[in-house]
Amino acid sequence: MKRLVTTLLVLIGLSTGAAMAGSTYPDIPKAVGAPHPEGNDYMRLNHMRLLRHDRNLTVHDGDRSIKYSIKECVACHAVMGPDALPISVQEKGHFCRNCHEFAAVKIDCFQCHNSKPEDGFIDLLKQNPPATDDEIQAYLDGMSQ
Amino acid sequence: MKLPALNNKSERPAELNRREFFKSGAAVASVTLAPGVTLMAFGGEASANADPGKRWGMLIDVNKCSTDCNACVTACSEENGWKLDGNPETDPQWIRKIDLKHKETGREASLPMMCQHCETPPCVDVCPTGASFKRVDGIVLVDKHICIGCRYCMMACPFKARSFVHEEIEDQKSNAPRGKGTVESCTLCVHRVDAGRVPACVESCSATGNGAMMFGDLNDPNSEIAQALKNYPSMGLRDDLRVNPGVRYTNL
Ligand code: SF4
Ligand code: SF4
Repeated sequence: MKRLVTTLLVLIGLSTGAAMAGSTYPDIPKAVGAPHPEGNDYMRLNHMRLLRHDRNLTVHDGDRSIKYSIKECVACHAVMGPDALPISVQEKGHFCRNCHEFAAVKIDCFQCHNSKPEDGFIDLLKQNPPATDDEIQAYLDGMSQ
Repeated sequence: MKLPALNNKSERPAELNRREFFKSGAAVASVTLAPGVTLMAFGGEASANADPGKRWGMLIDVNKCSTDCNACVTACSEENGWKLDGNPETDPQWIRKIDLKHKETGREASLPMMCQHCETPPCVDVCPTGASFKRVDGIVLVDKHICIGCRYCMMACPFKARSFVHEEIEDQKSNAPRGKGTVESCTLCVHRVDAGRVPACVESCSATGNGAMMFGDLNDPNSEIAQALKNYPSMGLRDDLRVNPGVRYTNL
């Protein structure tokens, strides 16, 4: 019993420690668009399966109305650099890179895919006066149509 | 556990609707057994865009193609984000211009050359992984997720229409992912075709006023391209190989 309590205490200690500032727990940048209805825990565990499933629909069947596309990931999760434009996975702080570095999992996606949003989305971000949240959300919604 | 057999969205129980995490289009029902363990049931029709009733193709009028025009090549490179690096042995071969001269008559002609989207594509025949495939609407593609870069398909293609990516690439076009270690070729601008548009080369060729390239559905007897093919002589390149190219040439 004592052992169990100690283990629990250690675990609690670890998790609070992880949440504290200055820990190695990755900093997760806020996304530009609306949250995933599935919840973040679900997405953290399953995003690669969702992407793999839907990519086959697009590449082989030409289905472009898929729900999970890497184009949309990198747009909605764009992290802006000093020039207020999205940074690539080569740069520290990129959304995907943050967690993947922490989890020590290599990302193969960006060998072929661009880790920055498509040109149209970048144009929207460059817009002057700046695009409203609604405009950005509308663009993101349009991407899966 | 028995999985519900579902044909369309409306029949799906609310619980699955809420958990629509696989683009469920028609046919996928999924049940989460434990975190990370998901069962999927496939059935019914898929709501795909590639239409098995169609066969996309092109007709190129060589008389209208001018030797000093390169618009199609530039447009393709812009659309799909590839660049020539000045090394003919490794340069991408999405599309190129070829100048021909008849030995006897001296007649000169110029034409664009790209993947001919063969009906019986040798590249698909030889591919050991299934990465080379033909969509139901006739567009021949490489699934770069599967391609191992063996380059058998490059050897098999009678038209030298494929090329291998030798270097790392950054900042690809979002619509044309491409990367080191895989083979690539003309996609007939599949992302545009799926959106109801015409390939970039065809668009640019009309914009120059030459109008040498026509794109359309070969299976639709009323389409402009099917009418042109019916009314005027044309040929597929290397017709002797009987690969029945989807790209055809006239006045060659
Ligand atoms: S032209 Fe070459 S790459 Fe294109 S389908 Fe035919 S064999 Fe394959
Ligand atoms: S290079 Fe890729 S597409 Fe070509 S035959 Fe090999 S695996 Fe197939």
